[in-house]
Amino acid sequence: MKKVVMGNHALSYGAMLARAQVIAAYPITPQTEVVGFLSELCADKLLDAKFIKVESEHSAMAASIGASAVGARTFTATSAQGLALMHEMLHWAVGARTPVVLGNINRAMGPPWTIWTDQNDSLSQRDTGLIQYYCESNQEVLDTVIQAFKVSENERVLLPAMIVLDAFVLSHTSEVVDMPDQELVDKYLPRRKATYRVDPKDPHSFGNLTGPDRYYELRYKIERSMREAEGLIKEADEEFDKLFGRKYGLIETHQIEDAETILVASATVAGTARTVVDELRAKGEKIGLVRVRVFRPFPFQEIRKAIENAHRVMVIDRNISFGHSGIFYQEVKAAMYNQPRRPPIFGYIAGLGGRDVTPETIAEIIEDAGKRDRSEEDIIWIGLKP
Amino acid sequence: MKLTIPEQELMQSGHLACQGCGATLAMRYALKALGQNTVLSIPACCWSVIDGPFPYSSLKVPIFHTAFETAASAASGMEAGLEMMGDKDTQVVAWAGDGGTFDIGIQALSGAAERNDNIMYICYDNEAYMNTGIQRSSATPRLSWTTTTPENHPKETPKKDMVGIMAAHRIPYVATCSVAYPEDMVKKVKKAKDTQGCKFIHVFAPCPTGWRSAPETCVKLARLAVQTKVFPLYEIFNGVDYKINVKPAKPKPVTEYVKLQGRFRHLTEADIKQIQRTVDWEWERLLKMAEGCEETEEKKGKKKKK
Amino acid sequence: MTEKIDIKGEKDMPAMAMSLGLMDWNKTGSWRNLRPVIDYEKCTRCMICWKFCPDACILIRDEEPVIDYDYCKGCLICAEECPRDAISVVKEE
Repeated sequence: MKKVVMGNHALSYGAMLARAQVIAAYPITPQTEVVGFLSELCADKLLDAKFIKVESEHSAMAASIGASAVGARTFTATSAQGLALMHEMLHWAVGARTPVVLGNINRAMGPPWTIWTDQNDSLSQRDTGLIQYYCESNQEVLDTVIQAFKVSENERVLLPAMIVLDAFVLSHTSEVVDMPDQELVDKYLPRRKATYRVDPKDPHSFGNLTGPDRYYELRYKIERSMREAEGLIKEADEEFDKLFGRKYGLIETHQIEDAETILVASATVAGTARTVVDELRAKGEKIGLVRVRVFRPFPFQEIRKAIENAHRVMVIDRNISFGHSGIFYQEVKAAMYNQPRRPPIFGYIAGLGGRDVTPETIAEIIEDAGKRDRSEEDIIWIGLKP
Repeated sequence: MKLTIPEQELMQSGHLACQGCGATLAMRYALKALGQNTVLSIPACCWSVIDGPFPYSSLKVPIFHTAFETAASAASGMEAGLEMMGDKDTQVVAWAGDGGTFDIGIQALSGAAERNDNIMYICYDNEAYMNTGIQRSSATPRLSWTTTTPENHPKETPKKDMVGIMAAHRIPYVATCSVAYPEDMVKKVKKAKDTQGCKFIHVFAPCPTGWRSAPETCVKLARLAVQTKVFPLYEIFNGVDYKINVKPAKPKPVTEYVKLQGRFRHLTEADIKQIQRTVDWEWERLLKMAEGCEETEEKKGKKKKK
Repeated sequence: MTEKIDIKGEKDMPAMAMSLGLMDWNKTGSWRNLRPVIDYEKCTRCMICWKFCPDACILIRDEEPVIDYDYCKGCLICAEECPRDAISVVKEE
């Protein structure tokens, strides 16, 4: 069944089809429709879940962790300042190995007050241990919620996941979405069977004080699970494809086979970049696109393979690590450093605070890179008003 | 031999509490009242250490150790999760110290109370951040020494009225307890367990280490706190109906309580007089709060007899 | 009695820190400087000492309180609270 659905409601429908049992969330623009709609779905009994209307995002994540720790499938959603407030508990969700799925609407951080999109909120959570998916379409948002639960709840993973979508550009844009059939979703994603759970019939204490003799190994196990997740995300994606006819991959490549120039982008910017690539291909230019969908675990092998033969690679970042450079740029560059074939990589910052990234912006990037032989600057600002 | 509290021990010997720890007595009594069908959410506090290091525990009920300010919110999540898993019998208990309750955890606690989530929140109050090395909290009494309120500049402000704050949420049950009155505590925790909704229990739990008092005086000090009216034992139903459980016939002077504690050794006669005046004033205020309520209780009793 | 659990490395560990046994292997009796000793002639079996033990180490054996010195930390609350002064204090060697 096809429906016209806004990005935020795609998250809600995803949680509904995944049969989330507990939702704990706090409102923040531009996420409010996610929780508003989930409240309606719960009230209308279309979703059999307990919705805890908490008093902060910090409590939203704490309650989600608590619910997940007793074995329930748990969903929450937030944005920007809310995600920053959750930060402590994101670490907690990872260390406690509670597979909560979190929707985050990418919104720029204040001050100054802003509600428009960029990726600094989610990328600031890079080192917490959350699996991170960056989505391009509402269909992908919905599908990824279902996939994410399957991966996160796998006993080889047991890590929380964050599904990221651009504020307004996606969150408030309506698109046609093919609603997966509930029976098929149930087949794909059965009820959660928790490997560890807080249960009075089998009492254990979780998260006890741990000294230097054991903490190190527990961190190793989280990293190993992250690497396991890489393969399991692909498996879950393949299985999803068989049932629903859609797959997304860790990265998505477009026209890269013989490409001399490759753009690397994420989220909706990748959609804009794709149209520019197609136009230039029509004119005979050897240009392609890599869209990074999964940021954590970082898909080293796939990215290396995709860009190693290019002559130049331009990474577009709707984010910035002050005092360094764009974050995707850093990561892509670092992935290539020890490789025998290393194309020059250029880092472009664009679209901060919701500034439009248009086909003209992308064309400007391509034109700029065309004039450079190697990257002398760590940051190239596009569209900066001097 | 007649036992006045349940025999079942759900707290194991071998735990890591200091000698004469009041927080440990509080846990022992609470679990005797709660029984096996209990799960605990414990934030950063002495009990996150007392329980024991990975891979051990001192309790025979499950614990979810959680972040400092999340005892209540994690408990709310656990309660919701258990309900969705079909478990409607297990009592979820948030178990936190005074710092985790009066200070950093008050927002999450207020949220859970306002939502009237079906959890029990037990605060064991040793009147300072003891686990981090005796720093003042908003539960530290006025004029007390701590490492952040040194003797030549002791705490200037009074202890926060946490019970009053919880009563203001109009939750079904609020009670104060003392480790010197285990029968009273067991009764109240059982009452709380039988009450649907959010319950708040405030347990007075002396800390010999932080109070600079002898370990063997732990129970004695807790008893003196009640007998001097420093820490009255009472219940509040639905946020408005007060019931005082212990009314000392001949209240003892606060001197008897403070003189046993090194944290008060710098107090002058004038200081102690001032403390006595405040304690008396607060007690009178509590009596007034309970006045009309006792009539109501009596009226209810009369009605029942008819 | 829980044996000390042998965790050599990550392969022996669950995914997260969790208890796999109780703390009873931890004989806190070694912390004790002063030893409470019950005089059973004076003891009335009121069990007040049992009630107020923060280490839950006064056991009930044949309706009598028995101090488990494996765990007794010597806080002496029992001696302080005994209404018959039936618990004396002895210095540990």
